[in-house]
Amino acid sequence: MTRPIPRVEPEFGAEPGPAGPPAAGWPQTAGGPQAVDGSQAAGGPYAAGGQPAFGEPRAAGGPQAVSGSHAASGPSALRLVWIYPDLLSTYGDRGNLLMLQRRARLRGVPVESVQLNSDQPVPRSGDIYLLGGGEDLPQILAARRLRADGGLAAVAERGAVILAVCAGYQLMGSVFGGVQGEPVDGLGIMDIRSGRGDRRGVGEVLADVDPELGVERLTGFENHQGVTTLGPAARPLARVVLGVGNGDGTEGAYAGHVLGTYLHGPALVRNPGLADLLLTWAVGTLSPLPEADESWTRQLRAERLAATAPRAGQ
Amino acid sequence: MGKLPIRARVATTLGDAAGKVSRLTGRGDGSVIGGVVGLRVAPDLLRQLAAGRQIVLVTGTNGKTTTTRLVAAGLGALGQEVASNAFGANMESGLVSALSGAPDAPYAVLEVDERYLPMMMKETSPRVVVLLNLSRDQMDRAAEIWLVARRWREAFAGTPECWVVANADDPLIAWAAGTARHVTWVAAGQRWHEDSWCCPECGSHLQRDELGWRCGECGLSRPSARWVLDSDTVIDSDGVGHTLDLALPGRANRSNAVMALAVARFFGADVDQALPRLRSVTSVAGRYTTVERRGRKLRLLLAKNPAGWLEAFDVLEPDGRPVLLAVNAQGPDGRDTSWLWDVDYRVLRGRPVLITAERRLDLAVRLEADEVPFDVVNSIDAAVDLVPPGGLDVIANYTAFQQIRTTLGRTT
Repeated sequence: MTRPIPRVEPEFGAEPGPAGPPAAGWPQTAGGPQAVDGSQAAGGPYAAGGQPAFGEPRAAGGPQAVSGSHAASGPSALRLVWIYPDLLSTYGDRGNLLMLQRRARLRGVPVESVQLNSDQPVPRSGDIYLLGGGEDLPQILAARRLRADGGLAAVAERGAVILAVCAGYQLMGSVFGGVQGEPVDGLGIMDIRSGRGDRRGVGEVLADVDPELGVERLTGFENHQGVTTLGPAARPLARVVLGVGNGDGTEGAYAGHVLGTYLHGPALVRNPGLADLLLTWAVGTLSPLPEADESWTRQLRAERLAATAPRAGQ
Repeated sequence: MGKLPIRARVATTLGDAAGKVSRLTGRGDGSVIGGVVGLRVAPDLLRQLAAGRQIVLVTGTNGKTTTTRLVAAGLGALGQEVASNAFGANMESGLVSALSGAPDAPYAVLEVDERYLPMMMKETSPRVVVLLNLSRDQMDRAAEIWLVARRWREAFAGTPECWVVANADDPLIAWAAGTARHVTWVAAGQRWHEDSWCCPECGSHLQRDELGWRCGECGLSRPSARWVLDSDTVIDSDGVGHTLDLALPGRANRSNAVMALAVARFFGADVDQALPRLRSVTSVAGRYTTVERRGRKLRLLLAKNPAGWLEAFDVLEPDGRPVLLAVNAQGPDGRDTSWLWDVDYRVLRGRPVLITAERRLDLAVRLEADEVPFDVVNSIDAAVDLVPPGGLDVIANYTAFQQIRTTLGRTT
């Protein structure tokens, strides 16, 4: 499907934010992607749309030149791509992006971020791709466009890291439930199938993560009616202690560097260990953060775990 | 009240008594319990109470209570009594209380919860319905807003006699009102775009420019407006400009005022008659009120969802005075605090920020991520003691706001 390219309309897309230079690295052509890096202010801090349209980079060398210009901000910059916040961002999904940025930068890893509208092609050179939650119709539309684009499947194939939450998680599988529960084709990136359950799972979640991953107990908030079944090529992310999760006592799934979960909260805010796992997959071993930088996160985790553990009979 | 059947009369009398008890015992403002008691006795009470009156229903995600107050103030220019659920009790029982409390009022301006609009339209047969905006709100229990809009469309399609006053700048509102036969479109503005990037009709990415919004695929576009808000000037349906100069602060309230003026004009009250009455509104159900506390002037702002926080930030005094943020996650607030991450707190940089209430740790992590320095306090009075004499702006979500009002005394 060809789509008209939205015009650049600063007064609608861009709230003036603190002054900051355009993020380096991503080609800043007229049709370049929206950078949300640095002060996040380069083109509208929290605006998900109305930004310059993303064309394939027009810098010399085409798309592959991304890594070339990427050298401008140092070869070790971590590239985060937030997929379709115009369709898949309903439950504070920005929090996952902000936590990855923060925890990378605190370790001296420079970060470049792009938020990608649904009418823009998926860049192939990202390190971590994020997909959030969404209502039924936007989820179906996102599936259609991502399938047509093909970029996400391609980057998954080469081992890029993907964090997919809720509706985004369901999209990773071969099929998910549509508006009336009818099956809709997913992206087939993970060996999972989702459908519509009998009741909506809404509330706090506690879940114990697969010991292989070395991540502490998950705390989060779920709000979905999806039921997800894992095939042999995907492993459950965690065992549910409180809440619904996949619907069979497990929660989320992972395979290679692709990780899906029903948890909002947002997940990486309440579970910094999960954020660090993704960062490790992307950039290798990480140094621990100074206690001062972990203090509020630890307190929030402790408070949430204490508030919910009694309900789990613990 | 003579026209009401005996059962309805008994019901309203019992309900009024229950409301008085609620107020006297300090349990509430009595605007819900009275209606609950009345409806128990006569389930069709609302329909009977509404019959024969000119009813205005006001709904949307944000600004319902304030707009209801402004519309009621504007209709006051007609010189007749106006019934209204002025305290934000916007379910059926609140509407019943409002109408039974003013049995002879020929006009009624009623705030309605957005999910209940179709049902309340059936019960009250409104002359006018005011549609303000739709955005994400308490998503652990609220329906998806697109579904809300779709139900409105069905309701308007079935009520061709109903007149709709709608914000043309909100795509979801414009789509929802699209099935109504009579619409007065108001260019009331839209600051929060995060829930309207996609066309409500076909799902394509919406394009926005200085003329508004349009869908490049299906052609849905911003209707041309009869009333326009341009900074502090309202241009009425005759093309005449008026300076608003409201006592209520902020851009959101200017939008609400334009909607109210359009409703007043519909009933025959001109801007020159209605606007002075809108200017006399200084606080709404405790919101925007300034309260003295130990030598500090506290101003109370309610913000229940991301779009509401954006509007509240717009109202903060520009002098860099301290601000206290209070967030709970009880049932009425929504138990999921994820929405905090949809709010851009960086605008608070440069002013002292205090945080409190049950989910202050969620706020702490959120502000840390936005690099906004803050102090945590355990109560409103601890905040008062911590800031220098002068002003303190307070932004709280629903139950946190009520708790603070209780601490400060329900005098506001």
